[in-house]
Amino acid sequence: MKAIAITPEIVAEHGLTPEEYEKLLEILGREPSITELGIFSVMWSEHCSYKNSRPVLKRFPTTGPQVLQGPGENAGVIDIGNGLACCFKIESHNHPSAVMPYAGAATGVGGILRDIFTMGARPVAMLNSLRFGMPDSPRMQHLIDGVIKGIADYGNCVGVPTVAGEVYYETCFEQNILVNAMCVGLMKHEELTLAQAEGAGNLIIYFGNATGRDGIHGATFASEELTDETIEQRSAVQVGDPFMGKKILEATLELIRENAVVGIQDMGAAGLTCSSCEMAGRAGTGVEIDLSKVPQRAENMSAYELMLSESQERMLAVCRPDQFEKAKAILEHWEVGCHVLGEVNDSGLLTVKHNGEVVAHVPADQISIEAPVYHREQSDAPWLGELRSWDEVDISGDDPQEQFIKLLSWPSIASKRWVYEQYDHMVQTNTMVRPGSDAAVIRVRGTNTALAMTTDCNSMLCFLNPEMGGRIAVAEAARNIVCSGAKPLGITDCLNFGNPMKPHVFRQFDRACTGISEACEVFNTPVTGGNVSFYNESKGLAVFPSPVIGMIGVAEDQAHVTTSCFKNEGDKIYLLGPGASHLGGSQYLRQRQHEAQKNGAAGANDALMSSWPIGPCPRIDLQLEKQVQDFLLAAIREGLIASAHDVTEGGLAVALAEACISGERKIGAKIGLNASGQELLIQLFSEEPSRIVVSVSSGQAKAFEAKAAAVRVSAMSLGEVGGDALEIQGAISMGLDAIVDQYDRKPF
Amino acid sequence: MKFAVVVFPGSNCDMDCYHALRDVVQAPVECVWFREALPPDVTAAVIPGGFSYGDYLRCGALAKHAPVMKSVRELAAKGNPVIGICNGFQILTETGMLPGALLKNTCLHFLCHDVDLKTERKDTIFSANLKDVVRFPIAHGEGNYYIDADGLKRIEDNNQVLFRYCSPEGVVNDGYNPNGSLNNIAGVLNEQGNVLGMMPHPERAAEMTLGCDDGKALFESILGALV
Repeated sequence: MKAIAITPEIVAEHGLTPEEYEKLLEILGREPSITELGIFSVMWSEHCSYKNSRPVLKRFPTTGPQVLQGPGENAGVIDIGNGLACCFKIESHNHPSAVMPYAGAATGVGGILRDIFTMGARPVAMLNSLRFGMPDSPRMQHLIDGVIKGIADYGNCVGVPTVAGEVYYETCFEQNILVNAMCVGLMKHEELTLAQAEGAGNLIIYFGNATGRDGIHGATFASEELTDETIEQRSAVQVGDPFMGKKILEATLELIRENAVVGIQDMGAAGLTCSSCEMAGRAGTGVEIDLSKVPQRAENMSAYELMLSESQERMLAVCRPDQFEKAKAILEHWEVGCHVLGEVNDSGLLTVKHNGEVVAHVPADQISIEAPVYHREQSDAPWLGELRSWDEVDISGDDPQEQFIKLLSWPSIASKRWVYEQYDHMVQTNTMVRPGSDAAVIRVRGTNTALAMTTDCNSMLCFLNPEMGGRIAVAEAARNIVCSGAKPLGITDCLNFGNPMKPHVFRQFDRACTGISEACEVFNTPVTGGNVSFYNESKGLAVFPSPVIGMIGVAEDQAHVTTSCFKNEGDKIYLLGPGASHLGGSQYLRQRQHEAQKNGAAGANDALMSSWPIGPCPRIDLQLEKQVQDFLLAAIREGLIASAHDVTEGGLAVALAEACISGERKIGAKIGLNASGQELLIQLFSEEPSRIVVSVSSGQAKAFEAKAAAVRVSAMSLGEVGGDALEIQGAISMGLDAIVDQYDRKPF
Repeated sequence: MKFAVVVFPGSNCDMDCYHALRDVVQAPVECVWFREALPPDVTAAVIPGGFSYGDYLRCGALAKHAPVMKSVRELAAKGNPVIGICNGFQILTETGMLPGALLKNTCLHFLCHDVDLKTERKDTIFSANLKDVVRFPIAHGEGNYYIDADGLKRIEDNNQVLFRYCSPEGVVNDGYNPNGSLNNIAGVLNEQGNVLGMMPHPERAAEMTLGCDDGKALFESILGALV
């Protein structure tokens, strides 16, 4: 076999800087082989090493009495009482989904599922957070349908309910869609399993699908004997096999339950390289593997390809020799192939053999732990001075009802029922609150508790003010958890940004993370893990900063579980939280902007013609928000609350409409706002945070008002539940069927 | 008296059925892996939903050949109750134990939501305790019931249709047909009336905690018929 010479070009094509290559030479004390170069390049990629983001991520609060496992493992773990723990994580699959929407989204789901069950937790729910361009073009419609079908086919097949999520449409996602998937699992405390290769002499076992050339980044020199044929065989995006996913899920949980392994890790990004390095690196041991033992579904694969393949549904486990027969029997039961690749040793080195030759011999800990770290430059965004303010837009002629109707069918606001009905959201028979309410809730079997979960991020607000947007994302997630009757416990985050080498993008990232940290401190929701996705950018245009927050919380009693829909005629409706004062950052103005630019009706200097969203970003007072949430949770626990729904996209008007129509039985409302003209429009459509619509039975209204007054939380009386229309005095009068007709439709 | 829940690789409603039987209606029940035969003390079998063999080739086509199915046929031949739910229904039509076939939904994608069902007969071992109209969830991509014209006439003449998709008031029409099934058929019996296949999931509607317990009565009916 001909050795490949390592030239500066090859180093550059692997994404390593000259300084990183110097560091590599220093660690090895010699020139690397091509396989070693490949190993370092993926381990030192942003995806595996967080080299650009680590200094910022370090500022996150990550500890608390409820945290059983913080960042650094496959997923975070939180204590939820009764000896049980919740394991959860969110991850992006943006780039693969943009290239091949179906396969990209499906493998995103498969990957996050594996992160959860390798920790020893049974996956009990999935969520996803999706961002697309405007759904007007056939190309975008193809992407949307493909992504949704990919998520559905994988999740439905493995039998994990997809219970919640979000879908937004913005022009900035036209070239870079965002596909973030979150998985939540449950386990007993003692089932927590870490991905560590401990104990010299222990066996390294490979199980699951065979390895192919899929997912190897298109480095043209990948094979020693590169031909046109091998180039054609190689595909950039992996293909998912949910049936194998289901089998390895069951097999893995049984291996852990039966104590047949000491450590386990999935082969996700960077495949065998990442899993073997990380397992050895975390335990401070060494690993020797023989690639000739790897089952292969392509012919003549090189060591480089075998180490870097991202073929899906593959697992790496470590077991003691005396556990091996048991492990093998379990894998055979589930009809999953099992192969011994090598052993753990005390060398501290990752040794890789192929066809009798040593092809890589590198210090495991230095690759995985001592990856380079960068402090990137920051600067203000060049467009800051171009941002326009809401009061530059003339809304005096706007008709509230007409605008309300437009917002109901505005794609980012309209019902996502057409999406979540394609996901099995009830399998496992635990779903207490289905998609479409503020947070999804599943019961926790064997206890009287329930687990609430949500994903949230308002990308537009994060664009206008990353720090405030980061705070608001966490606050909104916590608000959704509280509205469903649960106490927020922790978050996972998926940080989707542009190119971090650009100082203004890095500042967005830095500020958004600061906002998240500040809010997590206030809500006592430590960050337990997550994922950074940079480079969501093409043609010089980055996506809006999108730090998606996945939050979980616990309802102490299933009786506390609360939904967003109005329940009974005659119930009193209140608005909790501060009043509204402006329309900055609202979908109201975004819709007006979109319409004006489509029709070309406005003047060129009009704020509506600006390509940026119209600000300012609303400010959030975290202490006030916490006060409102604490009050609501206490009132729910006392049984005072019939429904709770937070005010977000589309403002109070849309929140009220959703409360009227989201229940099994639709029921109207009569509302008086005591305002007119512009003031009324602000009341109806402002998206300022910390506000919640609640309904309270008339018999409990006095107790509720007294309780609010006692803790100085504003509870403004809005009106009462009843009838078959939403009537907002002087503004909106619309039958519920007509509202449903506008709201509940696919946008294309 | 004992239930078996048959488990294939890829079944994913097996534990839901097991839970409904064991914890909700408190019946003796065990899971039986596809390679085994039903134990001799089993008197009723549930073929659960999910994606046996990943739905590869065709829904239910591979499960049909699993070793356990021989003893399921034998149990059915003795007149004991066998119920196939969702993928279980697809498997039972593939084996020929039930007439007809399940095609792709007319909307061409998976659908997961509640449906109302008209209970056509109360004189079966599955339906004695059921309400006239019950609400169960569906969750399938291939639930569009099809059978040739002669077959349709035969099952209708024999009263083999147990459930039809309908309005909350029990009106059967196209507007309440979620997937294009002929005659709104959601569940059918074999000629003898002891094998039932249905697309909707009674086990998902067996507890008020999850919003509805209409499905509990179906399992209780079987239990009542067996005791």
